[in-house]
Amino acid sequence: MSGVPDGRLARRKRTDALFRVLAAVSAAFVIGCLLLIVGAILWKSVPALNLSMLTRTPRGGFYLGREGGILNAIAGSLYLAGGATLLAFLLSLPLVLYLNLYKGRDSKTAVWTRFSLDVLWGVPSIVYGAFGFVVMMALGLRASLLAGILTVALLELPIMSRAIDEVMRLVPRELMEASDTLGATRFETAVKVMVRQTAPGILTGVLLAFGRGIGDAASVLFTAGFTDRVPASLLDPAATLPLAIFFQLGTPFPEVRQRAYASAAVLTLIVLLVSLAGRAFSRRYTRHVVK
Amino acid sequence: MRLLKDRLARRAMGGLAAVPGLLVLLIVVGLFLKSKAILGVGPLSGLLFSTAWAPLKGQFGFFAFIMGTVWVTLTALVLAVPVSILTAVYLSEYAPRWVREAAKPVIDLLAGLPSVVYGVWGVLLVVPFVGDVLAPLFGVTSSGYSILAGGLVLAVMIFPTIIHVTLEVFTSVPRSLRDASLSLGATKWETTRHVVLRKGAQGILAAGALGFSRAFGETMAVLMVVGNVPAVPRSLFDPGYPLPALIANNYGEMMSVPRYDSALMMAALVLMLIVLFFNVLARRILVRVERRFR
Amino acid sequence: MNQPAPISIRNLSVFYGDLQVLKDIDLDIPARKITVIIGPSGCGKTTLLKSLNRLLDDSERVRIRGRVVLDGEDIYAPRTEVTRIRKKMGLLSQKPQVLPMSIRDNVAYGPRIHGLRSRRELDKVVGNYLKLAGLWEEVKDRLDDPASTLSVGQQQRLCLARGLAVEPEIILGDEPTSALDPASSQNVERRLMELKRDYTVVVVTHILRQARRIADYLAFLYLGELVEHGPAAEVFSDPKDPRTRAYLTGEIS
Repeated sequence: MSGVPDGRLARRKRTDALFRVLAAVSAAFVIGCLLLIVGAILWKSVPALNLSMLTRTPRGGFYLGREGGILNAIAGSLYLAGGATLLAFLLSLPLVLYLNLYKGRDSKTAVWTRFSLDVLWGVPSIVYGAFGFVVMMALGLRASLLAGILTVALLELPIMSRAIDEVMRLVPRELMEASDTLGATRFETAVKVMVRQTAPGILTGVLLAFGRGIGDAASVLFTAGFTDRVPASLLDPAATLPLAIFFQLGTPFPEVRQRAYASAAVLTLIVLLVSLAGRAFSRRYTRHVVK
Repeated sequence: MRLLKDRLARRAMGGLAAVPGLLVLLIVVGLFLKSKAILGVGPLSGLLFSTAWAPLKGQFGFFAFIMGTVWVTLTALVLAVPVSILTAVYLSEYAPRWVREAAKPVIDLLAGLPSVVYGVWGVLLVVPFVGDVLAPLFGVTSSGYSILAGGLVLAVMIFPTIIHVTLEVFTSVPRSLRDASLSLGATKWETTRHVVLRKGAQGILAAGALGFSRAFGETMAVLMVVGNVPAVPRSLFDPGYPLPALIANNYGEMMSVPRYDSALMMAALVLMLIVLFFNVLARRILVRVERRFR
Repeated sequence: MNQPAPISIRNLSVFYGDLQVLKDIDLDIPARKITVIIGPSGCGKTTLLKSLNRLLDDSERVRIRGRVVLDGEDIYAPRTEVTRIRKKMGLLSQKPQVLPMSIRDNVAYGPRIHGLRSRRELDKVVGNYLKLAGLWEEVKDRLDDPASTLSVGQQQRLCLARGLAVEPEIILGDEPTSALDPASSQNVERRLMELKRDYTVVVVTHILRQARRIADYLAFLYLGELVEHGPAAEVFSDPKDPRTRAYLTGEIS
């Protein structure tokens, strides 16, 4: 192209370099945010983190900075997320199996159900909380471990279902057909072939949902209540880590706020461990799966 | 016997397939029934566009809260969208493979952090940063508990959502299409801008909509840093009071004040409908995009 | 206008990871002729073509050894400006790759990024090259429609016009008719025959009949090795290497 000044190429190359740098900086910034969040919380939590914090329930004046720990919240959260995950699993697994076995994978039912699940995934947890509250009122239930479990199970359902669905969709049709032609009923195919083939993926989905469940605050705010004791029955109210963090941070006492950081560190560690475990499973075991 | 078991299983599972759809419906209907008490009192516009908020006197004007939500959400989007797109561009166009593979799990971890942890981080670092650094820089005084702090925390929270979707869209743009542009002598950035970004425009839109709906409904993290003053904010350094925070903060009192519970359930309903709208929009776009690439 | 240049390939080897896909290729591609590279699929034809305009640069785990000399300049020399090299070559790919924009903008894309701004000039360029690619009459009334609305055959000719619009010296075709119907294929072949008057043309194909129709110079590639090359008539009538003979008679494919 005659008549075009040569400086133009230099300018274009500068623009290219500029955006390469900008893009790299953005990526570094995003990754840096994660490190900053986890780092800041762990660092702040060190002074308050000790064994009695994890093994004791709050004593008198705990929220004024006196003795005690957050065992009530740790136990409450584990019970609650555990129960909710179990419940969500009992709903998700058959639901997803149905979509992948009985219905054509791209049938109308399947498309609609997936769409609804995606929509549910996007529903804010505070709305689940409010809805759980409405249901609770209608059933005459008090704020309790049970009500919390029900609400969080709803929150986990779409997360778990979609995660499991993603792996089951990858199971080759021929594999199921092979099982069918051996005279197995669909139900047997479901259990023997599908579940076994996708077990690591299922576990990853379950852990993903558990991680979300244990970290969610807004949904349990209305429904699980809060207590200083470790819940002894499903109808007792239950404390949760996210709410314990929230309440402790809301006090004006530095010692209590310190504990909020420590509690946040505990929650972060639990969530990170669960998430890493989920990844490890999906990586280690996919090798044994027929692709 | 085996066949019977099969048939039974099929029935039961078929019923389950209807659950997600029904649940969406049930949430909307349930919240609507609860908010009927407040809807019966006055016209809808009076609730949505009035700033008079005095539950004890029976005045429930949501305008300040709606504006609070909108401000925080838009701030978050303005901050998060460019950074997220650039990050996705870096990962799909520039980064070596090992960086891309290493970055993905980190971004997933970011997505998995509980919102209350984001909130704690916000209180620890973002609020002081806004109050002590940014506000003086702009010549205003602010406690730091502000729309901007909420927007910053939210922006970080929606990074993973937007990055994930846009990255997916960018990587589905065929290699040979990039080659076509490169072989004309275009630089990498020119190719990215004119080919990848343009081809992925709809996907970016969908990612934005998903980010919007995630930010719009986020509760705890925002609640902890946004100040919670029920007035229409006039600047980024003013505190605000978004709808989700309103619901979360007042669950204790709502049973003791007449119609308060109904008002809060209506707030939840409004939230649900708006989020639903943006979600459905995003999903529809994504389905279309996916079909086109296939 | 152009002074089309010959291309000299010297000792070119390309590795994907540990796999060597091109082995010490030495080849002189003559100017103003159609050079056709034939060989069974997977033999490295496309890799060879892509190495000519450095499209392998961005692939990871690819290592390139050797030289490709164009206009006396080694395109793999560290100081060589890659966009300038690519601008000298127009590429037609297996499946036409229209850019996500209008027909007009597809052709104007190259000139525009290289600095041509004036609307009048651009319109002239668009008209000229669409005519040269034999597409003008079919699209002159719908220049602002998305390029994706064209038929596949038209899209490939649009890609040709787009490639020509940056005024290259060389046209590279990577099985450019493999996605086209017979009539469109013929059309594209005819264009290439016309264009060789002003350009150096390199086409990769696995269709022997096509090679017979258009080739002036022929290179046979087998398992990454350049087995034989020479004027097309000679190679076709009297192949020196038994492997070439076997391929031409259809014994290996």
